[in-house]
Amino acid sequence: MIQEPFSTGTSWIHQIDPKYKIIIATFFSLIIAISKNFQVLLFSLCIAIILVCLARLEIKAVLKRLSVVIFFLILIWITLPLTFEGKAIYNIGPLFISMPGIILCAQITLKSISIILVFIALISTMTIVTLGYTLNSLCVPTKLVHLLLMTYRYIFVIEEEYRRLHKAIKIRGFSPGTNIHSYQTYAYLIGMLFVHASVRAERVSQAMKCRGFNGKFYTLYEGSSGGKNRLFLILMTLIILNLLIMEYLY
Amino acid sequence: MNSNDKNDLIINLEDITYRYPGSEVVVIDSLNLKLFRGNRIGVIAPNGSGKTTLFNIIMGLVKPGSGKIEIFGKPVNTEKDFEQVRRKIGLLFQDSDDQLFSPTVLEDVAFGPLNLGKSPDQARQVAEETLKKLGLNGFEDRITYKLSGGEKRLVALATILAMKPEVLLLDEPNTGLDENTKIRLVEVLRRLDLSYIVISHENDFLYDTTDSIFTMENGKIVPGEKIHRHKHEHPHETHHHHQHGVGSSITFN
Repeated sequence: MIQEPFSTGTSWIHQIDPKYKIIIATFFSLIIAISKNFQVLLFSLCIAIILVCLARLEIKAVLKRLSVVIFFLILIWITLPLTFEGKAIYNIGPLFISMPGIILCAQITLKSISIILVFIALISTMTIVTLGYTLNSLCVPTKLVHLLLMTYRYIFVIEEEYRRLHKAIKIRGFSPGTNIHSYQTYAYLIGMLFVHASVRAERVSQAMKCRGFNGKFYTLYEGSSGGKNRLFLILMTLIILNLLIMEYLY
Repeated sequence: MNSNDKNDLIINLEDITYRYPGSEVVVIDSLNLKLFRGNRIGVIAPNGSGKTTLFNIIMGLVKPGSGKIEIFGKPVNTEKDFEQVRRKIGLLFQDSDDQLFSPTVLEDVAFGPLNLGKSPDQARQVAEETLKKLGLNGFEDRITYKLSGGEKRLVALATILAMKPEVLLLDEPNTGLDENTKIRLVEVLRRLDLSYIVISHENDFLYDTTDSIFTMENGKIVPGEKIHRHKHEHPHETHHHHQHGVGSSITFN
């Protein structure tokens, strides 16, 4: 099940209008992604860490989420310095460690950690539903938003159906192997899952129609307004502008 | 109560016939059904006898092959007509997972009222009141897919009641519920001042919640055993009279 432990909080960051958080997170990550300047990257990392602290999230949980990225970063650190062309700083037999490779690795590391932290601080501090509605209010097509929300709601129901079907083939003595029979069984299983999902979708759509749904979602939550929003918007805009100046003028 | 007054005729089905697409088997065969204001009808029938289809026809979710549907005294044919019907008739689905699609309970209960044009504040208020009436206070922020089976059923009922319908169609409302939730559901239904049709497998449940029980046989609705076990504290018209007209119409005097 998808848990949203970060979305329930009362911190300063949680209270800011989700619209602003999404806009700022988008631009901030964009700057981080295109930047090549280490000063900019380090500064961004600091801001990202401050944002996470301001959101008062559980440090352990944040580190756990970061560990997924760190795994990929380790892979990059192993492969990139050995395969990238450029000035060698150290030779290991026929291989050499290249300086540009190491610089690239460092950039990728800083960038990915900063962007993930920004998203943890700004995006994961709202529920998926709020994210959906807010994206919709920011002119993301309604169909995409419906897809996001419906997937979020029904993915578990489909998983449950998968488990049921899987149990049904297991109790009849099926043990998977590398043979046509196994492939066929799995193909049937997936096919059946699609059938079930589409029948379910039909019923959900009927249930929605019965409650007066006509293609438009309304939300209970209206964006809050106030001093906090303005302060956040001004501060973050200044920071982003500052980053741009650092990147392009120095 | 003039239950056979024409103004009190809420649902009137005449000679409805339906077969599944691509199938020769007639699921519903020249079925006649009349529901008057204040009626509480139970339908008991085996699986595959077309009970769910009957509800879907009333809601305009499937189109019958032939027959006449009149609801609140007006013939309904087009999708537009049925949109009006759905504002006044609430259908409780057999599987609550089909009905609860919003992540949180409050949003799901407010979904209907919002569609009916209520403002977010009004919708929230109606949703909270409805949940309270069903003894579900404190459920507002619960996640729908994490609710138990019984809780899901009660919340699904709340989503429908929040639209303030005049009639309920309940499709196996007690199936898969634990004893406690069943008792709660019976209490809720008895307290409601609404007309409804309940489909169920369980005689006892229908005895407790309805005034008359019918069965479905060969695609028609036929009177089942009459009920005299009235447990209602507020007596309805206890005098039921079943008339066998052409086909199998149900009339209440």
